[in-house]
Amino acid sequence: MPIFLEKRQLVTPGDLIAEGEYVAGENTFVEKSKIYAARVGIVEYENKRVDVVALKAFYVPRPGDIVIGTITEVGFNGWTVDINSPYIALLRASDVLSRPFKPQKDDLPQVLDAGDLVVAKIVSYDRTHDPQLTVAEPGLGKITRGQIIKITPTKIPRVIGKKGSMISMIKQETGCNIILGLNGVVLITGKTLEDEQLAMRALVKIEQESHTSGLTDRVTQMLKEEKSNKEENKNE
Amino acid sequence: MNDKPEKLIDKKGLRLDGRKADELRSVKLEVGVIPNADGSAYIEHGKNKILAAVYGPREVHPKHLALQDRTVMRCRYHMAPFSVQERKSPAPSRREIELSKVIRESLEPAVFMEYYPRTMVNVFVEVLQADGGTRCASITAAALALADSGIPMKDLVVACAAGKVEDTVVLDLMDTEDKLGAADVPVALMPNLNALTLLQMDGTLTHEEFEKAVNMAIEGCKQIYVMQKEALKKKYVNVSEGIKEEAEE
Amino acid sequence: MASIVTRVKKKQISELMDKKKRMDDRDLTDYREMKIEQGIIERAEGSARVLLGKTEVVVGIKIEMGEPFPDTPNDGVLTVNAELTPIASPKFEAGPPDEMSIELARIVDRGIRESKTINTEKLVIEPGKKVFVVFVDIYVLNHDGNLIDAAAFAAMSALLNTKMANYEIKDGEVQIKPGYEQLPIRKHPITITIAKIGDKLVVDPSLEEEEVMDARISMAIDDDENICAIQKGGSGYFEPDEIFEAAKIVKAKAKEIRKKMNW
Repeated sequence: MPIFLEKRQLVTPGDLIAEGEYVAGENTFVEKSKIYAARVGIVEYENKRVDVVALKAFYVPRPGDIVIGTITEVGFNGWTVDINSPYIALLRASDVLSRPFKPQKDDLPQVLDAGDLVVAKIVSYDRTHDPQLTVAEPGLGKITRGQIIKITPTKIPRVIGKKGSMISMIKQETGCNIILGLNGVVLITGKTLEDEQLAMRALVKIEQESHTSGLTDRVTQMLKEEKSNKEENKNE
Repeated sequence: MNDKPEKLIDKKGLRLDGRKADELRSVKLEVGVIPNADGSAYIEHGKNKILAAVYGPREVHPKHLALQDRTVMRCRYHMAPFSVQERKSPAPSRREIELSKVIRESLEPAVFMEYYPRTMVNVFVEVLQADGGTRCASITAAALALADSGIPMKDLVVACAAGKVEDTVVLDLMDTEDKLGAADVPVALMPNLNALTLLQMDGTLTHEEFEKAVNMAIEGCKQIYVMQKEALKKKYVNVSEGIKEEAEE
Repeated sequence: MASIVTRVKKKQISELMDKKKRMDDRDLTDYREMKIEQGIIERAEGSARVLLGKTEVVVGIKIEMGEPFPDTPNDGVLTVNAELTPIASPKFEAGPPDEMSIELARIVDRGIRESKTINTEKLVIEPGKKVFVVFVDIYVLNHDGNLIDAAAFAAMSALLNTKMANYEIKDGEVQIKPGYEQLPIRKHPITITIAKIGDKLVVDPSLEEEEVMDARISMAIDDDENICAIQKGGSGYFEPDEIFEAAKIVKAKAKEIRKKMNW
């Protein structure tokens, strides 16, 4: 039973990828036992499974995902959070306060106000309800410093790299701490603004070149070059 | 004021712009031209110059328009005042409102509408310069903008018109042919499903001429489809090639 | 809620269709019962009321004097407008014409205009300066599906019923004389709408059928069996063969209706 395209080939919606005993994976759809691409992306297949790694897609919430969001509204008993998705997320006051919400006592804007950033986890989401968030776990909560950058969510795995190779390399070269929201929002905290910006440039490069090979090497090279340029400039 | 040409097709069978009966005008496509939009595309089809932008999927505003089981698509086809010979008022005309509807109905079948309930996708088309066949060119660009936005689709939608000019069935009418010709048949196609998502006609055609025109328009669509796919891939291919070149240096 | 009802209904309707029948016991290519009355609005120059099943549409024709369009100085003017009045359906709201009413008006307009139904040359009073303007106003009073065909039949019937005042030009002024003339009609286009439900093509969809259909196609046919106007509607699609099949059905149906109406 045929597969019509090679690995890493670029496809557009409606392109026929495979026919017969293959399993339709990400960003594909089946019509009369033929598997087609549903998004612009790169064909990948592993054993009998055909996926299209989308080059551009928006984030759809999944329970368990770590995301970074912006508080947009302080509501009656909680907050609405922009998680870079077509779906607006909700964070209940009781979750943040770790106890039932007392309207007379608790002043919500003092805890979290519009414009604040949070690292949160998606607790629940389905087709009929907006996603619910929690910050009641270690490592989650209000963000007080650092740089935020948005990249297309499908490229987060590329930022991580094989067994974390890419992200560890960036952290090492820039000395920054990096939290990757699966919704495409990334928080970078470093010792200096320059270090943070260096890490941001690395992420931008990954986003633009994610469909090419040898990326880890090129990003490493870019970071090393920029750092040595900085050293030279300092010494002049 | 323009003088009406004597003949639309000369003795050699060539049209006013030198084309043969079954020849397409030139088509140029570019994807990702509006940085703020989620998806966008620009088309030059003959002298038509049209921009399409997609915003979404996002939350539905106003809320009561949301559908519980699918996305709502809204489409706005609009012509710039300077796009036509005589300045057109910027207020939406009845024609623009009808075209907004038929264009939306030509794109919806291609999008997986049921995947994202309670969301909205906005498609905006601005005609900067018009020369016959704007609805078709608009659909071709809008489909690219939708694909560029990352919304899952069953296929691209591509559109082209055919018609009749002085007893000859011809492909891809330009403005003069549209105004003075005997019939105009705009068609939109999802090539993989062999599905017609737009079909209109005005003028006078026999049943045989109609069939011929539709089939001709479908052939025109297939030619443009190849260009659409290339335009979508181009962004990424350029980056790959840029890297290859760097490596070879 | 609406979608759930639609899915169950769709199944019901499809199952019946497999047996070549519809919910109201019609064959796939049958129209509902159609009643046409002309001249129901005496103040209008022409009028007609069509009942197609439970769909009710009234068309009134008004004739006024006005200026011709600059690029057709020797032709009278035709203008078609449609109102989906709030009376007609819980879905219709008062307000400026929306896309549905504009589309309806333009489809009926194209059928009349492209077939050259009205002899607009005979509507010229002073070439380039004064012509008769024919206002065709479509008023939907009850929506039970297939507004397009009902409106088109009503418009055609109303035009056939239309009388224009006699006039003469004295000292550069238009003076009305006693007596009337029929509006000069050349052709009698017939518009037929077909809905696609699954793999079936049905003529004259009822409201229920419209709610479950994939798409619809309307075609206007003139006295010489030429196609003058086509409009596909709905968020689904047709395969090319289905279009050509629909065209054949429309051709046969138009012939049948033309004979019945004596058009």
